[in-house]
Amino acid sequence: MTVTTMTVNGKSRSAPTEGRTLLVDFLREGLRLTGTHVGCDTSQCGACLVHVDGQPAKACTVLAQECEGAEVTTIEGMANADGSLGKIQQAFQDYHGLQCGFCTPGMVMAAASLLKENPRPSEQEVRHYLEGNICRCTGYHNIVKAIMAASGQQVEAVAAE
Amino acid sequence: MPKDMGIGASSKRREDVRFLTGKGRYTDDINVAGQAHVVFCRSDVAHGRIEGIDTSAAEGMPGVIRVFTGADFEGVGSIPCGWQVTDKHGEPMQEPAHPVLAQGKVRHVGDPYAAVVAETKAQARDAAEAVEASITELPAVINMKDALAEGATKVHDDLRDNLCYDWGFVEENKDAVAKAFDEAAHVTSLELVNNRLVANPMEPRVAVGDYASHDDSSTLYTTSQNPHVIRLLMGAFVLGIPEHKLRVVAPDVGGGFGTKIFHYAEEAFCTFAAKQLEMPVKWTSTRGEAFMSDAHGRDHVTKIELALDAENNFTALRTETYANMGAYLSTFAPSVPTWLHGTLMAGNYKTPLVYVNVKAVFTNTVPVDAYRGAGRPEATFQLERVVDKAARELGVDPVALRRQNFVTEFPYQTPVAVEYDTGDYNGTMDVLEKMIDRDGFAARRKESEARGKLRGLGINSYIEACGIAPSNLVGQLGARAGLYESATVRVNATGGLVVMTGSHSHGQGHETSFAQVVADMIGIPEDQVEIVHGDTARVPMGMGTYGSRSLAVGGSAMVRATEKIIAKAKKIAAHLMEADEGDVELKDGKFSVAGTDKDVAWGDVTLAAYVPHNYPLEDIEPGLEETAFYDPNNFTYPAGAYACEVEVDPETGKVDVVAFAAADDFGNVVNPMIVEGQVHGGLAQGIGQALLENCAYDEDGQLLSASYMDYAMPRAFDFPMFQVDSQSSQTPCTHNPLGVKGCGEAGAIGSPPSVVNAVVDALQSGGFTDVYHIDMPLTPDRVWGAMNGSATGQGAAQPAANADDTTQARSVGDGTTATH
Amino acid sequence: MYDFQLVKPSSVAEAIEALGAEDAQALGGGQTLLPTMKARLAQTDTLVSLAHVEEMKGVCTDDAGRLCVGGGTTHAAAAEALKSDYPALSSLAARIGDPAVRARGTMGGSVANDDPSACWPAGVLGSGATVVAAGKSGTREIGADDFFQGMFTTALEEGEIITEIRFPVPEKAAYEKMIQPASRFPLVAAYVAKFADGVRVAITGASSDGVFRWTEAETALSQDFSAEAVKGLAAPDAGGMISDLHGSAEYRAHLCKVMTARAVKAAG
Repeated sequence: MTVTTMTVNGKSRSAPTEGRTLLVDFLREGLRLTGTHVGCDTSQCGACLVHVDGQPAKACTVLAQECEGAEVTTIEGMANADGSLGKIQQAFQDYHGLQCGFCTPGMVMAAASLLKENPRPSEQEVRHYLEGNICRCTGYHNIVKAIMAASGQQVEAVAAE
Repeated sequence: MPKDMGIGASSKRREDVRFLTGKGRYTDDINVAGQAHVVFCRSDVAHGRIEGIDTSAAEGMPGVIRVFTGADFEGVGSIPCGWQVTDKHGEPMQEPAHPVLAQGKVRHVGDPYAAVVAETKAQARDAAEAVEASITELPAVINMKDALAEGATKVHDDLRDNLCYDWGFVEENKDAVAKAFDEAAHVTSLELVNNRLVANPMEPRVAVGDYASHDDSSTLYTTSQNPHVIRLLMGAFVLGIPEHKLRVVAPDVGGGFGTKIFHYAEEAFCTFAAKQLEMPVKWTSTRGEAFMSDAHGRDHVTKIELALDAENNFTALRTETYANMGAYLSTFAPSVPTWLHGTLMAGNYKTPLVYVNVKAVFTNTVPVDAYRGAGRPEATFQLERVVDKAARELGVDPVALRRQNFVTEFPYQTPVAVEYDTGDYNGTMDVLEKMIDRDGFAARRKESEARGKLRGLGINSYIEACGIAPSNLVGQLGARAGLYESATVRVNATGGLVVMTGSHSHGQGHETSFAQVVADMIGIPEDQVEIVHGDTARVPMGMGTYGSRSLAVGGSAMVRATEKIIAKAKKIAAHLMEADEGDVELKDGKFSVAGTDKDVAWGDVTLAAYVPHNYPLEDIEPGLEETAFYDPNNFTYPAGAYACEVEVDPETGKVDVVAFAAADDFGNVVNPMIVEGQVHGGLAQGIGQALLENCAYDEDGQLLSASYMDYAMPRAFDFPMFQVDSQSSQTPCTHNPLGVKGCGEAGAIGSPPSVVNAVVDALQSGGFTDVYHIDMPLTPDRVWGAMNGSATGQGAAQPAANADDTTQARSVGDGTTATH
Repeated sequence: MYDFQLVKPSSVAEAIEALGAEDAQALGGGQTLLPTMKARLAQTDTLVSLAHVEEMKGVCTDDAGRLCVGGGTTHAAAAEALKSDYPALSSLAARIGDPAVRARGTMGGSVANDDPSACWPAGVLGSGATVVAAGKSGTREIGADDFFQGMFTTALEEGEIITEIRFPVPEKAAYEKMIQPASRFPLVAAYVAKFADGVRVAITGASSDGVFRWTEAETALSQDFSAEAVKGLAAPDAGGMISDLHGSAEYRAHLCKVMTARAVKAAG
């Protein structure tokens, strides 16, 4: 065991790791940040998506020790400073972009990466960007709407079409 | 004008705040101090005899606490089945034992035969590899037809054969149906497969067992849609723990779709081991384990025949279905192909004669049980496919043929036991035809053709039976439980209240929509109402969430309990206002006396109930808490019409869904936003079944689609924006207090036939006139195969079938006539 | 996963040395290797991460005008850097996996792994690129035609890593893929590149021997660079094609033609 240290949501955090400790286990078990979820074994569902040094990363496919000294952002770091929902989070609530909530942290983190790269994506760009995030509840319809809305684009209101 | 609160408003979901900030509390987020971890050793063969299991090496590994095998469960109960179907000869179904850990034989890939409990998950996994099982592989039965062949290997040696039951419905109608077919002007028949699916909620299952020696009580945290049902099944039938010594908690649950209804061996194991070891024991499924241990869905092979008279009226319908049960009977498995399927075979049509035959078959595959829709998608798919085929054969418009045969007068007694209370099938079809712009289709097809694509439009109706169910009726049909729901409403002194409901929310948003109903009834802000669910220690009783029953049954119980609260509160108010109880009205959170200016606020009344200084103590007790059990007197019958428009790439066979419209009649709607979301999700699962998803075994019983590398989960770019409308054509349910019907499953029920109808339409338009059907999923390979005359296009590589087997070879009888 | 020691060299020399240890394995972005290790299908005592070797990252142009992509360059970084100079290869990189995979997975890792359904091998073989490999005995160049030796098999020796791949830039090129709907890897994809001296066509996803050059198509396209020229050909022999849940051998053989013709059309 060694002790691994990284900056998580702006704070320096440490926990013991083995070589095989995954970033998601470091977060969930080491730091008890349980907002990052594990939905598959094959790096496809995206429920564990976090940001490492500003880039999207599937925390189930990254070794914790590879992130020594890195800046990591998780869903727990996405709210505004006063605790209110951030812009993307608020859009997900406003447009009913979540149901069971399990894929949601990964979806929000993916959306944040997308909007950083592409501040006004088209519907098709949003859909393609979410290739690595699986949702089983929403049919993606309202997730796409929420992300479009969070980008400041005009979106039909929910339950009015 | 949309409402901004209460019934009919699209209130934003309160549960979202915790989910969006990473504060959801799912079962895997629960860690009990001192917990150990279990890893299961699972069979890698489909069928084998356990000659011996040597656990000694594993027991000596670091951190290992104990290794369990089937022998440790001698004297422990079998995982029970909750429904007994009676066959067409009046005999009960064959019902095998289902041990917590395999005893004697393993019967499917993934069947657990040992379990290693260790201090850490990694240690348990390391040690699991050191468990040495001597298992002699036996021939496996995977294909249902093979399983029923004379002399076939038996999945269960102590049963007569692999036939669970042979069910006829309505058996007395059989001869009349046959006669109608003899006299028919036209008969359309179709053989098809309803592909095996894996529910795949994004949260894998988790179980944490805990035991308190000081009071001999057990607690199970589990990913369940119905914690009280698990408490009953596991406590009474498996482990012998009385309900007052057993608490089951299902906290935030990351999707269910049916597969988290059932009681699973891992739940019983963790509860049992925690007591044996006097330490908490936790199991977290990997996705790989989920594929081989979560109950699967669908997997029917059917021949359906429709008889019509010379005027194209449907005169009779006959089906023969083989339904795969897998290796054991999961909790509700026997009911799915029978009572949830046969009773819907009349569909939206006034066909006077229907006969349904279902053979349920044991195979060496993962057990199959309810998955979103459960039986009703299978019924809808075959019916709406055969009607579409009939229209094509007769050269008539498929919508006109449907309209001609729609049930239009209600209540309507079907020939398959159920009575539809209300509906308007032309109404939803009218809405749909506008939504999809049917008139503009020809121009759109032309535009696609100019780009080298084939365009097709598929339209169908659907009906389902929800709000399960009248207990006395399901009791007669073989259910071993009642299907009522309960709710307790506890009003606090300061006026806020808590609803303890037996309905469980795992994505449906009950915490918001249930609160809307109660707030509306009393006239208080929604945030004054807290919805509590998912814990047998906090909720007195519950039957749980499935069959789109939460609002129709659980919501009705809540309404009844709230009515009792209001009735008692009126008595108190009457006392406070010195008025006659009959003159007291409750509106906007205020009690008043008609014709006077007297009033008293809701909060003053609730305070009086708990501080009864000025209170009619002679007449009523202090306090304000009421419980109601609601048992529905009929099913509800959501119905509607769906349309799918596709483009097919003739070079690759790839199908793109370019438009999808759903016109639903769910009766009254409490939260339109949530209802739309439910439909979206159901559509994605139904379209996923039609185009992408396939749980396939090879002939040796190895699971081919065992991870997301091979099981195609729908992604965002597999869909267009959906058009949904559940507001324009509503016929409120006539027999529950809210007039609601249920909306959770409709999307998954109604959509698969639209997609297949559309693809067949596209191919026909492209000159592929011999393609009348392609089995789901309509992968590019299969569609291309169909266009090129290959058998692959007609249903190869299907679930529980040999890869080179065709529908014809695998299906019913000799493939030409039904063999009832 | 079985446990291992993670080492993080910061230069190629240090990496080569670390890989000289008994049972050591190189780790690129880990987007394939880590899932494999999680499934306990692979194990190692020492995992040598190449993620911190800066000299293996980035894209530059050599004297021959070839674009030299560092082995440790992520798919996303390669896609960005190649955008204007080699848009077809950029487009290939930009469509691998998903954004998170592209942000971590590396070109060198993908080429070294040589998955029969991977994208990069098609780009490397289709471009006729040169693989630069470093090992204990120094650095050597391996032509693409010699590099790929069948499914998961390459010319790399034990302990060698891909430090760079040098891509000649064709006059025209395009990559067209049909994805396997579950894994999102190519079911069949074709990389077509037209050089002054002829056309190269590389197919991935289809053959059980891994990426291959479809020589009949190359010959036909070298004479007539048009989609019609491909349509006139017989599909490659289905005998060696992969046949699975997602596509029969015949279907894959057919897709070779369709994807190649589409790539030719897209190349313009």
